[in-house]
Amino acid sequence: MTENLIGIAASSGVAIGKAFLMIEPDLTVTNRPISNKEEEITRFHAAVNASKLELQTIRDRAEVDLGSENAAIFDAHILVLSDPELLGSVESKINDEAVNAETALQETADTLIVMFEQLDNEYMRERAADIRDVTKRVIARLLGVEIPNIGLIDEEVIIISKDLAPSDTAQLNRLFAKGFTTDMGGRTSHSAIMARSLEIPAVVGTKNATSAIKQGDLIVLDGDKGEVLINPPNEVIERYIEKRNEQVAEKKELSLLKNKKTITLDGIHVEVAANIGTPKDIESVLENGGEGVGLYRTEFLYMERDALPTEEEQFQAYKQVLEQMGDKPVVVRTLDIGGDKQLPYLNLPEEMNPFLGFRAIRLCLEEQTIFRTQLRALLRASNFGNLKIMFPMIATLEEFREAKKLLLEEKEQLRQEGTLVSDQIEVGIMVEIPSTAILADQFAKEVDFFSIGTNDLIQYTMAADRMNESVAYLYQPYHPAILRLVKMVIDASHAQGKWTGMCGEMAGDSIAIPLLIGLGLDEFSMSAPTMLKARNQINQLTQIEMKQIAENALSMQTSEQVKQYVKETLKV
Amino acid sequence: MTNHTYTVVAESGIHARPATGLVQTASKFVSDVFMEYKGKKVNLKSILGVMSLGVGQGGSISIFAEGSDQQEALEAIESFLKSEGII
Repeated sequence: MTENLIGIAASSGVAIGKAFLMIEPDLTVTNRPISNKEEEITRFHAAVNASKLELQTIRDRAEVDLGSENAAIFDAHILVLSDPELLGSVESKINDEAVNAETALQETADTLIVMFEQLDNEYMRERAADIRDVTKRVIARLLGVEIPNIGLIDEEVIIISKDLAPSDTAQLNRLFAKGFTTDMGGRTSHSAIMARSLEIPAVVGTKNATSAIKQGDLIVLDGDKGEVLINPPNEVIERYIEKRNEQVAEKKELSLLKNKKTITLDGIHVEVAANIGTPKDIESVLENGGEGVGLYRTEFLYMERDALPTEEEQFQAYKQVLEQMGDKPVVVRTLDIGGDKQLPYLNLPEEMNPFLGFRAIRLCLEEQTIFRTQLRALLRASNFGNLKIMFPMIATLEEFREAKKLLLEEKEQLRQEGTLVSDQIEVGIMVEIPSTAILADQFAKEVDFFSIGTNDLIQYTMAADRMNESVAYLYQPYHPAILRLVKMVIDASHAQGKWTGMCGEMAGDSIAIPLLIGLGLDEFSMSAPTMLKARNQINQLTQIEMKQIAENALSMQTSEQVKQYVKETLKV
Repeated sequence: MTNHTYTVVAESGIHARPATGLVQTASKFVSDVFMEYKGKKVNLKSILGVMSLGVGQGGSISIFAEGSDQQEALEAIESFLKSEGII
C-alpha cells in the first residue's frame, strides 16, 4: 500500500531505506515521596554530572564531525545543566515537597518549557526543545533506562521520530542514517539545520510520520519536495534510485569545482558570483565556491520591521559580509524599494504604476536622509573588504552624477570626522532601463562598472509588467532585442576599459550562458546553489566559438529561434 | 553594587550563542550578577534566565554586579557584549 506524507523540505536530496523508528523508552515519572532528602539531592547531582560528561563527549564528537559552530549548542546544554536557577529550584522542590528527584526535575522543566513556548520569538520557542532534550537525558539516568542510540545503527535506514533532539542528530552516522523525517519541526529547527550541514536529506513537520510508518517499512524521502513515500511500488522506487544516483554523481563532480576558477577552454576568465539578501547567505556562497557577491540586495535590512535601520545596524551587516568574503569583491546595491517592495513605515502614496513610479534611486535622491545614512554605513564598512557600490534604476546621467555627489560628500564628511574610508571603492550602476543601455557609451565614461538587471530590463524593454500573469509570455530573455541591448552595454564598458556583470536570473540560465560568454560578459551573478553548475558549463565552452553563436543569435527574429538554435547547436 | 545600561544593536538580539558566552563570562566571577530587561531581572549566571528574557534588537538592558569583584565582572561583561557586536 502506498501512502504519501507531505512535510517541510528541510534538507535536499533523495534518500531510500528501511524505516528505523526511534521509539523512546518509557520516561514516565512517578511521584514518589522520599524520606532521605539529602540522599535524593545527591542522587540528582550524580545524574546531572553523568549527563554533563556524556554531553561533553557528544560535544567533542560534534565538533570534529560538524564544526565548532554546530557543537556550540551542546555548550548551551551543558550550561543548562549547570544553571544555578534550575538546579536550585529542583533542590528546593526536593527539600520543600519531599518528592523524588525525577518528579522535581520534570515539574521544574515543564514550567520552563511552557514559558519558552510562549515567547513571541520562533528562535526562543525552539529552545523549549533544548530543555526537553536535557531533561530527558537526566531523567533516563535517574530511572536507569537507556534512550535508543542512533549511533548504534548498523544498516542503511531512514530515521523516523517525533522530533530529533540536537544530541541525536549529532550522533547520526552518515554511513547508515541516509535521511530522516520527523512529526514536528520547521525549516529553522535544530534538526533541519543539522541535516543541511550534514547534507542528509530530511523532511520535517510531517505531523504523523511516527504513526503512519511501521518499523521496517520501505521509505522514499524526497528532501527537495518535502515528500515521504511509504512502501511505494517498485517502478517508483526505481525512478527515485535513478534520481538519487544522478544527484550524487552530479554533486560529486560539481564539488570538485568549488575552489577552481571559472575559465573557458580558450583561457578567458570570468567571475561566477552570488546574489545575496542577508549576511547569513554568505555561508552558502563560500560553500558553493562563489568568486564574489555580484548583488547584495540591501532591502532586506529595511523590510519586516517598524522603522528604518540605523547607520550602526547597517554598518554591522555590511562589515560582516565584507569580512567574510575577504578580498573577494562584494557589489552592494543601494536601497531598491518601491515597485513590488514596499515599506509600510515610509507611508508612501499608492501609485497607479509602481514599476514606473517613485522607486529605488528616484526615491533615494528625494529622501536624502535615508540614502545618506546608507552611504555612510557603506563607506565606514569599506575598510573591511573589497566593496563596490551600485545604484539601482538609473535612467539618466544626472541621476548617477547626483548619487555619486552625495556619496563623495559623505566620504569627505567621514574623513573629516577621522573615520577611515577605502580609496578603492568602485562605483557603478544597474542597467535595467533601456535608455541607460542605449546610452551606455556615455555612461561608461563616468561609471566604474555596469551590472545588467535582466528581470527589469526585460520588463521595461518589452513593456510587460512582470507581476501580471496575462503578459508573462513577454518575459523573453533570449529575445534578440534584449541580446542587442546586452551587447551594447558590454561593448560600451570594454571600450572604456570597464567591466560588465549581470545579476538577473538570466545570468544562471544554461541557454543564456553560452550567449553571454560570446558577448563578453565579465561577471555572472546568481543564486548560490546554481553557481557550480554555471562554472561547470562555462569551463566547457570556448569563447571564440560562442562569439560566432552569439553573433548569429543577434541577427535572428524571435526569442524562440534563438532558444532552439542554442539548444540544437550546444545540446543544452 | 554597580550597574550599567546598554542598548542592544545586534539584529537578532541576545540569542543562544551570545547568551552562552554571556553566562560563561558572568560565571567566572564570585559576585552576584544580574541582567534586567523590560522590568524583569534575572541571574546572569543562569542560561535559562538569560534566554527567557528574549532580548531583542533595540532593547535596553541593565547589568548589575555585587560582590568583591563587581567592577571586574562588569567590565568583562561589557567587553564581551562589545566583542559580539551586541551593544
